[in-house]
Amino acid sequence: MEAFINMVLLTMMAASVVALVRMRNLFAVVILFSVYSFLMASVLVVLDAPDVAMTEAAVGSGVSTVLFLAALYLTKTEEAQPRHSPLLPMFVAVVVGAALVYGTYDMPPFGAADTPVNTHVGAQYPGRTPAEIDIPNVVSAVLASYRGFDTLGEVLVVFTAAIGVLLLLRRNKRRPGDASEEAGPDRAGMED
Amino acid sequence: MRLDVVLRVVVKLLLPFILVFGFFVQFHGEISPGGGFQAGVIVGAGLILYAIMFGLDLAMRVVSVRAVEKLVCLGVLLYMGTGFAGMLLGGNFLDYNVLSYDPIKGQHLGIILIELGVLFTVAGTMVAIFYAFAGREK
Repeated sequence: MEAFINMVLLTMMAASVVALVRMRNLFAVVILFSVYSFLMASVLVVLDAPDVAMTEAAVGSGVSTVLFLAALYLTKTEEAQPRHSPLLPMFVAVVVGAALVYGTYDMPPFGAADTPVNTHVGAQYPGRTPAEIDIPNVVSAVLASYRGFDTLGEVLVVFTAAIGVLLLLRRNKRRPGDASEEAGPDRAGMED
Repeated sequence: MRLDVVLRVVVKLLLPFILVFGFFVQFHGEISPGGGFQAGVIVGAGLILYAIMFGLDLAMRVVSVRAVEKLVCLGVLLYMGTGFAGMLLGGNFLDYNVLSYDPIKGQHLGIILIELGVLFTVAGTMVAIFYAFAGREK
């Protein structure tokens, strides 16, 4: 049953990607992106990863769709005709895709017990969590406590993304007279 | 315009549930799937939905740009502050055992604090980026 659901979802994802590539109307492309993300979230639910599915549904098909639409508002909704032949990009995509698929043949079977992921510290966490942290959700315990430093890194990545986007896009409500004042402290800082 | 009314009413009805679900994912994260990151994107998406339906000006009166930007920084400070608090109390960086008289209680406190930090930063970032995008004129 699970394999059947996965097959249906993955087929629909493939269909939406083919439609995406053929589409010229960018509004439809954005909506198809959203559909693709939502299907991805469903696949993640089937794979027993509801945490990731929640994030994918909210960010992938929610927030990023809104951001795409906001960007679309600033440009044309119709894709321009490509100037080059699509053969070379397609060749590169096919070669990279084939290499990745070839790579999967060396991977252990899905959920195999003798992989490094499942034999190293990963195997200890479910046993240690009740005694050391005492919360039922081992995933939370691993992310917040055992791997707290990694999660700090993730938060810093999100923080850096926010700073970067704000520096590039933020509306500066600066009055004309403020320009010289703005330059003042900077110069003083350089002399120090 | 008539369609607009339907959307507005539906969004008004859904918003409280979206926000409560976000906080549920946050504070129930020790038992059910979820945590600061998931809660942050859900709360952020709820606020963005409000901004889309009722306009940027009204949304900015609910949560101003300055408040959102401070929230992003506050989250990181809370997270790192919890880490340094562990150091000051004699443990390692991000060592929650020393935060309370009982190591297990300390772990719970530490996890709640850093998940709150994650919630603040992620929700703030989502809304801040949306404000920056939506505030641009053609």
